[in-house]
Amino acid sequence: MDQSGAVVQLKGITKRFPGLVANDSINFELKKGEIHALLGENGAGKSTLMNILFGLYQPDEGEIWINGKQTVIDGASKAIELGIGMVHQHFKLVQPFTVAENIVLGNEPKKGMTIDYKLANQKVKEISERYGLKVDPQMRIQDITVGMQQRVEILKTLYRGAEILIFDEPTAVLTVQEIDELIEIIRNLAAEGKSIIIITHKLREVMAISNSVTVIRRGKVIRTVKTSETNERQLAELMVGRDVNFKVEKTKQQAGEVVLSVDNLRMKGEQSKMALDGTSFHVRAGEIFGIAGVDGNGQSELIYAITGMRKVQGGKVTLNGRDITNESPRNISTAGVGHIPEDRHKHGLVLDFSLSENMILNTYFKPEYGKSGFIDYKAMDELANRLVKEFDVRASGIHTHARGLSGGNQQKAIIAREINKDPDLIIAVQPTRGLDIGAIEFVHKRLVDARNEGKAVLLVSFELDELYALSDRIAVMYEGKLVGEVDAEHRDDEQLGLLMAGNAEQRQAGGEG
Amino acid sequence: METFKKIFNTSLLVPIVSILLGLIVGAIAMLSGGYDPLLAYQSLFERVIGSPYHMGETVRAITPLIFTGLAVAFAFRTGLFNIGVEGQFVMGMTGATIVGVVFDLPWYIHGPLAIIVGAVFGGLWAALAGYLKAARGVNEVISSIMLNWTALYLANYIVSSFLSEPGQQKSKPVHESAFMSIDWLVKLTDNARMHWGTLLALICVVLFYIILWRTKQGYELRAVGHNPDAALYAGMNVNRTVVKSMFISGLFAGLGGVFEVLGVFGNQTIMAASPGYGFDGIAVALLGGNTPIGVLLGAILFGGLSYGSGGMSFGAGVPSEIVRIVIGSVIFFVAAHGIVKFILKPFMSKRADKRKEAA
Repeated sequence: MDQSGAVVQLKGITKRFPGLVANDSINFELKKGEIHALLGENGAGKSTLMNILFGLYQPDEGEIWINGKQTVIDGASKAIELGIGMVHQHFKLVQPFTVAENIVLGNEPKKGMTIDYKLANQKVKEISERYGLKVDPQMRIQDITVGMQQRVEILKTLYRGAEILIFDEPTAVLTVQEIDELIEIIRNLAAEGKSIIIITHKLREVMAISNSVTVIRRGKVIRTVKTSETNERQLAELMVGRDVNFKVEKTKQQAGEVVLSVDNLRMKGEQSKMALDGTSFHVRAGEIFGIAGVDGNGQSELIYAITGMRKVQGGKVTLNGRDITNESPRNISTAGVGHIPEDRHKHGLVLDFSLSENMILNTYFKPEYGKSGFIDYKAMDELANRLVKEFDVRASGIHTHARGLSGGNQQKAIIAREINKDPDLIIAVQPTRGLDIGAIEFVHKRLVDARNEGKAVLLVSFELDELYALSDRIAVMYEGKLVGEVDAEHRDDEQLGLLMAGNAEQRQAGGEG
Repeated sequence: METFKKIFNTSLLVPIVSILLGLIVGAIAMLSGGYDPLLAYQSLFERVIGSPYHMGETVRAITPLIFTGLAVAFAFRTGLFNIGVEGQFVMGMTGATIVGVVFDLPWYIHGPLAIIVGAVFGGLWAALAGYLKAARGVNEVISSIMLNWTALYLANYIVSSFLSEPGQQKSKPVHESAFMSIDWLVKLTDNARMHWGTLLALICVVLFYIILWRTKQGYELRAVGHNPDAALYAGMNVNRTVVKSMFISGLFAGLGGVFEVLGVFGNQTIMAASPGYGFDGIAVALLGGNTPIGVLLGAILFGGLSYGSGGMSFGAGVPSEIVRIVIGSVIFFVAAHGIVKFILKPFMSKRADKRKEAA
């Protein structure tokens, strides 16, 4: 080990991709037993740097020192050999296998020609007890919660003898309670002498968990600071490079007429489960109604049902008093629904169309964009030029393919298109997923503007910060229904978390108390 | 204009180098077989442009490939792989033959009617595969390939049962009033079989562009082709679009068949196997990168090579198997332009560097 106690030293790491420098002579140091956050916006180069450390990329320049020795890491197996483990954002687990099978996969204890499952189970149990990671080795992955799956991922690295653990955006998929548990686990690991790197763009978590922070912006290290000597505001400024407006300006206003009303909606899901199991709520003009919940509790299906993209088996959707249940997406859209979809690549844009063509994706049939069956390209381009200016979409021109735009600009383009339709109801699903702080600010402002103009806004999000910042009312969705409303004025993560985890009794207790 | 430019924008260097590479590989094949590649290539070019007759016949060979190439490319643009162009081509032939043989009408009605009926026969045949996909989720590759055989035997049945003289292996000739040859050009080219279909093929190249890139219908078709999920989100009827797209694709294919009857042969034979233009159309569409101009150029290359290859056997004694190798290697390199780009990359980047230095 180095005299400074550093287990990892990255010196002058540079990695170039065609057209950009992802890492520009980065210096980074991880001390033994510390929890070091790597903070930066999307595309800042955090993941590239960690992929270099884990041997998935080779740096163009620079040196990697592990435990005081210069090394070349030319593959994940070399990294594992050096005691580096990575917990990926998207888990890499075999669903039908048991926990123990997944953990030993690729490194199985053998008994002659066969795998010694007894020994495997025993070993897994040993490690899990030692680090306080509660799992049942015999359960199948498909039957356990996401939080549990993440523990399996962590155990996988520990089983392979990892001393240095890299967590890539570990909280993205977790509920509030699970996040607390994860923080506890990470602290335990550090106490056991493991050195930990956490890649994240969430300031709250950085403050809650880390000992030191390295901020990366546009491939360069901006600064490394001790967490105890900084605050969220300063970190945000370092990360974005300018003063950040956290609080969305939002004045109280009286909500108007009911615009959208959803009544006892039922939709079949995969297998025998109901994706929507009696969902009911309403959204009024001039309010933002937020739906919280862990991913996969029927949020996507709810939106498909309202927008007509999938048929429901029961219940009723009304827009401005008109029954639009199981109408075609076209009819619902023209009836006054704007939809900022969850997946902008799958639904929101035709990536191989030009930006201009994408601007008329759901209005191209209207007479203002051409008569007698032909498209009026001039009118289309005029619209695109106007929207690009108005919504500050940055592209090298309106004729560039949507594929060539950054995520933030793609999202701005979609929002521009949807708001320009002047709908009565705007549905925004995860509208800031994968966006950087600047773009998030913009999206939030536009949604609040729409609300102030008297539009009804239905917001589905997994980010509690976002829900609280924007919503006038917040309800929690669990297993296909709304299980309760929480106070949008006074944030209570505890109560919200319990609702999200489907704990209905706690809801009642909380309601009475 | 932007879109128009885009179509021409594909660099010419890569296809030219591809053709050269193909010819070189073909030459190696001929050398190893003991034949003279130079003489062979010389005979090939002579055959293609050597005399008015051969020039005319080359055009005759190219024309159906334009139609079938457009048919495949059109479906491809909308996310469908229409491998049944062959069958639609045969149905187009049959439709034209029925009208041409059975009816006797003034020329200004008879010809157009035969063309329209033939085209619609092709279109409906393709729409059948489209409908099966839209309504039942049957993969269009499977259904359309099976419909090829159905079309072949249905056509043979119709011709032998209703349209032929007893004992003949072909239909009665279509009436003069439906025949589509261009008499003065036929004379000019020493009786090469020149017909109005070539002109219509060129018009279809333009139509292909207009439909896809100028009309709302085309906007829908392309949106569905690129991203059916986004098309659904945008309120397009994806299933109906699939049927429409197949129908239009089949129209192109059917037209190809129509002119084989009305322009070239004047009758329809009872076929042991389908004529193959539909399958060649797949290669042509691939060569042309599914753009209308590309299809036209691809058809010229493919048609020229196929027709000219006769000259290679005749002039240089190259057996037809080796001729197929030559054609195959040219097509291979043109289609696998990724490989050619890879080979060219060092040269290209050097050039780019120089440009940078100059700037």
